[in-house]
Amino acid sequence: MIILLIYTSIFIAGFFLVRFGVKRLMQTRADFTSLKTVTFGDESAVRPDRWASVISVVTIFLLWGAFTGSKWAPIHAPAPFIGDTEITYTLQAPDGSTDDATIALRVHKFGEDPASPEIDAGTGFAKNDAEIVSAGRTKTVLFDKNDDAKRRDGAKIIAINGQPITQGQSVSFASGSVSLTDKGAIQITPSGGMQMEPIWLPPPEKVVSRFVEISTEGYQGFTLWEHLGYSLFRVVLGFLLGALVGIPLGYAMGLSNWFRGWFDPIVEFMRPVPPLALIPLVIIWAGIGEVGKIILLFLAALWIMAIAARAGVSGVNITKVHAAYSLGASRFQLMRHVIVPNSLPEIFTGARVAMGVCWGTVVAAELVAAEKGAGMMIMVASRFQLTDIVIMGIILIGIIGYGIDILMRIAEKTLVPWKGRS
Amino acid sequence: MSTLSIDKISMRFDLPNGSHVQALKDISLEIKSGELMSVLGPSGCGKTTLLNIVAGFLAPTEGSMTLNNHHITGPDAERGMVFQQGALFEWMSVRENVSFGPRMKGQREAEWRDNVDHLLDIVGLRDFKDKSVFELSGGMQQRVALARCLANDPDVILMDEPLGALDALTREKMQGLVLKLWKETGKTIILITHSVEEALLLGERLLVLAPRPGRIHREYRLPFADMGVGHDLREVKKHPEFAEKREEILSMIWDMEEEIMGNAAEASA
Repeated sequence: MIILLIYTSIFIAGFFLVRFGVKRLMQTRADFTSLKTVTFGDESAVRPDRWASVISVVTIFLLWGAFTGSKWAPIHAPAPFIGDTEITYTLQAPDGSTDDATIALRVHKFGEDPASPEIDAGTGFAKNDAEIVSAGRTKTVLFDKNDDAKRRDGAKIIAINGQPITQGQSVSFASGSVSLTDKGAIQITPSGGMQMEPIWLPPPEKVVSRFVEISTEGYQGFTLWEHLGYSLFRVVLGFLLGALVGIPLGYAMGLSNWFRGWFDPIVEFMRPVPPLALIPLVIIWAGIGEVGKIILLFLAALWIMAIAARAGVSGVNITKVHAAYSLGASRFQLMRHVIVPNSLPEIFTGARVAMGVCWGTVVAAELVAAEKGAGMMIMVASRFQLTDIVIMGIILIGIIGYGIDILMRIAEKTLVPWKGRS
Repeated sequence: MSTLSIDKISMRFDLPNGSHVQALKDISLEIKSGELMSVLGPSGCGKTTLLNIVAGFLAPTEGSMTLNNHHITGPDAERGMVFQQGALFEWMSVRENVSFGPRMKGQREAEWRDNVDHLLDIVGLRDFKDKSVFELSGGMQQRVALARCLANDPDVILMDEPLGALDALTREKMQGLVLKLWKETGKTIILITHSVEEALLLGERLLVLAPRPGRIHREYRLPFADMGVGHDLREVKKHPEFAEKREEILSMIWDMEEEIMGNAAEASA
């Protein structure tokens, strides 16, 4: 909640800072679009503000760093209390006499295992205690184990650090809070701060060092590049097979009544079935090896490519077909010179979608069962609660997916420059 | 000689609701080689249907057509077509578009290069031959379409409102170009248009179709096309006879339109 508030305020503050600060100081280019006065509602006049993009990315890393106690972040959210502290409790014996004792508390980072602080028992019927606790966790202290007056005999705590307290209440002290349970035991909670523990979200430098480690030493018997390479290889092979079958199928559906009638029910039925739903069946049929995954990706790409090719054929302006025929083109020539080039923009759009779906599907399939691959990497890491590897894997999967899309867009621009221009 | 004869063509098709449409009825025509005939009529009179039948894209339900003494059964390179717009191939350069016909016949570049370059000269696009067609203006694109049709050396050129999408100035220039090409190449041309002025200016013969069912209403033989070749078309338009014919045909088409509206009003009443 606090993070969301901070994020929103950076969003708004950044807007005003850039709008009325930076942009005033800079010479802006006066191209045509910048002269449009109607921008609200004119989508073509809306261009991404690069300042916003930069601030957005920086903000994410800054928040990530600040709330994980990263060494790289200049500011930090309040850290959990770590170190030694103590509280004093006042015990009242059944006869009404009181005695003070201290509880020395050693708060350590999660995962460490320090020794208890050394104390002497002290005097009186209430004896001093020593406890250890992980940062931010609650520790129930059965204070009267070593005391001469026991709770079952009617002894009870009447004050903590001098502040009066009864069962069910709590008081706070400098490095946390203390409460009494219904049965009269002490519960100490050292202040947790606002940072995430590494097991939930490791700081960025841990993810980076993990990346360096895995990229040099590998993980689970395969190098990082083998994991990613196998995922990519499956996607590319599955997509190519899907396109190889799907595009001719789509063309046939766009060109022949019989093909259209025959395959329409199949394609229309298979299209809304998410490829993930096929994973169990594919595992039953083909096992968890490469064949099963490639079949799955083939099926994921097939319908998308078939529908894209069909749309490409039906998108041909009929006058182009008529023109080609009356210029003497044969059916084959019409196919080669008119229908195929005319459908390329649609096919590229389909290919971009299919590559995206395949990349998502391969990761999901590897989560279910695989010996190597990006998805398998994060799945195994999550079983061992290696959150840094999980985050690294997610970032790499995102970067690769984005990279695939950019490559497809570049290919589209160079191969079909006429897209949207007819 | 290449005479196009159209013999009693009718076109009738069923609608999904069980009724039927008589799009054309008993159209008979004889067009001699080298004639330029413009076809005019109110919207819905079947002009485009007639052209599509002659082009071979539609089959008539009755009647037959012959060109050079053989029957027309489908599209063929002997009948070239110029469309209103959208018929150019965006994935090809201007030159590739113009040379499409010869290339489909399997000619090598050496065989078509001179003719294509010459046609590009005539339509004034020599400097644009390596451009993509989507970089050209609408008028330039129609000049490419004309050149592409001519490069294929058809016997008959069918034009379906080829200048309909152009602005008035470009249109006037293009009308001059059509006349010039007609005179230089001696092609038979059938030109469909919505514009009475264009039909009068370009048509050596002018066919007025009447709607429901589409049929020949009247035919004119006009001197203006010959007058316009090589001359300022605006001078032709100032000719008293031109103004007179324009008024006559305009009121004829207006009458037909009103009749349609009247029938529609009765039918709905």
